[in-house]
Amino acid sequence: MRKNGVKMIKIKAKDVDVFYGKKQALFNISLDIEENQVTALIGPSGCGKSTFLRCLNRMNDVIDICSVKGEILINDFNINDKGCDVVRLREKIGMVFQKPNPFPKTLYENVSYGPTIHGIAQSKQEMDEIVETSLKKAALWEEVKDRLHEPGTGLSGGQQQRLCIARAISVRPEVILMDEPCSALDPIATAQIEELIDELKKEHTIIIVTHSMAQAARVSQNTGFFHLGQLIEHGSTDKIFKNPDNKKTQDYITGRFG
Amino acid sequence: MNLILFTFIVLLGFTSYYFGRKKAYTIQSTKKRLTALPQFYGYYLAIWCAIPAFIIFSLWAIFEPTIVKLLVLNDYSNQGYLDDELNLIYEKTKALSRGQFTGEITPFIEASAEKYLSLRSIAQSSKVVIVLSIIIASVAYAYKRISSNSRTREPVEKFLNAVLFTASLAAILTTVGIVFSLIFQTIDFFKVIPLFDFVFGTHWYPAKAFVRDSSEALDPSMYSDTFGAVPIFAGTFFIAFIAMCVAIPIGLMSGIYLAEYASSKVRQYAKPLIEILAGIPTVVYGFFAALTVGPFLKELGTSMGLEVSAESALAAGGVMGIMIIPFISSLSDDVITSVPQSLRDGSYAMGATKSETIKRVIFPAALPGIVGSILLGVSRAIGETMIVVMASGLAANLTLNPLESTSTITAQIVVILIGDQAFGDPKTQAAFALGMSLFLVTLCLNIVALRVVKKYREKYE
Repeated sequence: MRKNGVKMIKIKAKDVDVFYGKKQALFNISLDIEENQVTALIGPSGCGKSTFLRCLNRMNDVIDICSVKGEILINDFNINDKGCDVVRLREKIGMVFQKPNPFPKTLYENVSYGPTIHGIAQSKQEMDEIVETSLKKAALWEEVKDRLHEPGTGLSGGQQQRLCIARAISVRPEVILMDEPCSALDPIATAQIEELIDELKKEHTIIIVTHSMAQAARVSQNTGFFHLGQLIEHGSTDKIFKNPDNKKTQDYITGRFG
Repeated sequence: MNLILFTFIVLLGFTSYYFGRKKAYTIQSTKKRLTALPQFYGYYLAIWCAIPAFIIFSLWAIFEPTIVKLLVLNDYSNQGYLDDELNLIYEKTKALSRGQFTGEITPFIEASAEKYLSLRSIAQSSKVVIVLSIIIASVAYAYKRISSNSRTREPVEKFLNAVLFTASLAAILTTVGIVFSLIFQTIDFFKVIPLFDFVFGTHWYPAKAFVRDSSEALDPSMYSDTFGAVPIFAGTFFIAFIAMCVAIPIGLMSGIYLAEYASSKVRQYAKPLIEILAGIPTVVYGFFAALTVGPFLKELGTSMGLEVSAESALAAGGVMGIMIIPFISSLSDDVITSVPQSLRDGSYAMGATKSETIKRVIFPAALPGIVGSILLGVSRAIGETMIVVMASGLAANLTLNPLESTSTITAQIVVILIGDQAFGDPKTQAAFALGMSLFLVTLCLNIVALRVVKKYREKYE
């Protein structure tokens, strides 16, 4: 969103290095993410785009040998600071994974999971409302409203992924990270998710890692191209796809490598 | 003699394998393509050696003794002996031929013994000749038949299939046999002791059955109030309950620690250490319970003014619980580790802490496996014998006081079957009845475990 023509920056990464043990996976990444826009991260497999995504909600903490250096400012607050509360951070930054991973619980419990652990709902009624609005925003409500108390694992792949999106938005995060959310889905389910992403960007800032160039072109306003742990080029999607500055970007987009 | 023959046949088997393979190589060297790898030709020939040998050996084992007996007793056939007497004569003959006969030696028996010996030696040598000639004939036949396009792979695979089938059949038949012997003995027991008395009687005192003079006729009325199984069923479940009170919390928590909290280095050392507990023989736990824990509890209790038996249910149950810890810990660790990482990621990404993730996502997902491991622990506790025999006493008290001594089904089976016992006596049959009930209890536990696991099984996909 631009206020008076000025870009609003939501996330500012400065000189981010990531190491897995002694192996360096990301080199000196600096990237600004615009608020209420969709930013696509593209690049060949193993280039570090998912690693960068996982830096943004500190999911790399889960991996013992992984260490992150540099500054990541979200709302001008460095999340790599010692004072950062990871629980609050992850409430603000939601995440959707490559493979749909609903919990082996009912649909209702899946969506109410976040509000429960963050103590957001004060009453059963309020929780019901949160579940309903989240499922509506995830364009799943009409399909599942009669079976909210059946297991979430009984849904189709596309429905499961929309359930995971509903779960992520149930705590009203400011940012949603999506790690190849459509790679396990068929074209129809993919189209539904892409439509949903377009809708969600009104209220959330979205960062999506994708292997599909066509998808990046369809859903994103900004694109960053990663290669071998380096951010080669970033800018508006139009520019990256039509007139990239770097030869590597050009080659990747036209399918000459990767 | 048999051993030498057997070794020789095995050697022959290896030789035929070697020759089969060699012939295959020879065929291969003439640029013909074989239908199977050369080893299959070898195995094929070895099977042609093994099967005839096995068949003849088993036929011989079945028929030789009967035929020899028939021939020996033929001499007595017209002298009007009864079958029992003939059997006695034959046993005497055999004993004499082994030089172990101590009675009076009559010329008849001596003649029979000589005949027996000569028949046996004829049988032995003819066996060697027949086995060897048939094997060599069959191997030679098969060897001749081998050619570049003969099928060797299929027969070898079929043979392996048959061997594996026989092995599993043997296991199943043994189980069925044991269950049936339990059932028949139990039925006999309940012909003397009414089922009602056994299931609802509150007085277990099998020693009463010892005093019966075996020449007297069986009088069921003297067994009233002797085989009432309620105290020992109660004791069994009570001690198992105490054991599970120790084993479930400790085992489960250490399993969760190992799976979720411990670093890979700690896990690498801690897991084998815990599993060592499972390798300690139960008899060691038994004297640990009887000599250390029991007296310690008694002293502790006495100092607090409680009356504690030196052989208390608490000591036996507690030590049994320690014995079961590694089963629950190790199994639940495996189950928790196999919960997909994607579920943990999903929960962490929602901002859940480690303990919330374990409580709300991982534990429910792993529940079927955990329940399975607990039920396995319960059946171990119910079936455990040694610790109870040594630490909890043998008197079947009906009590729910953990400081008194009680007894269990397994311990009572030991009591009944130690020393002299007669088959067909209600005292002995009581052991079968107890074994049967134990079997039914563990069977039910297993069925329930399977049901629970099925009902709560959650698909991760």
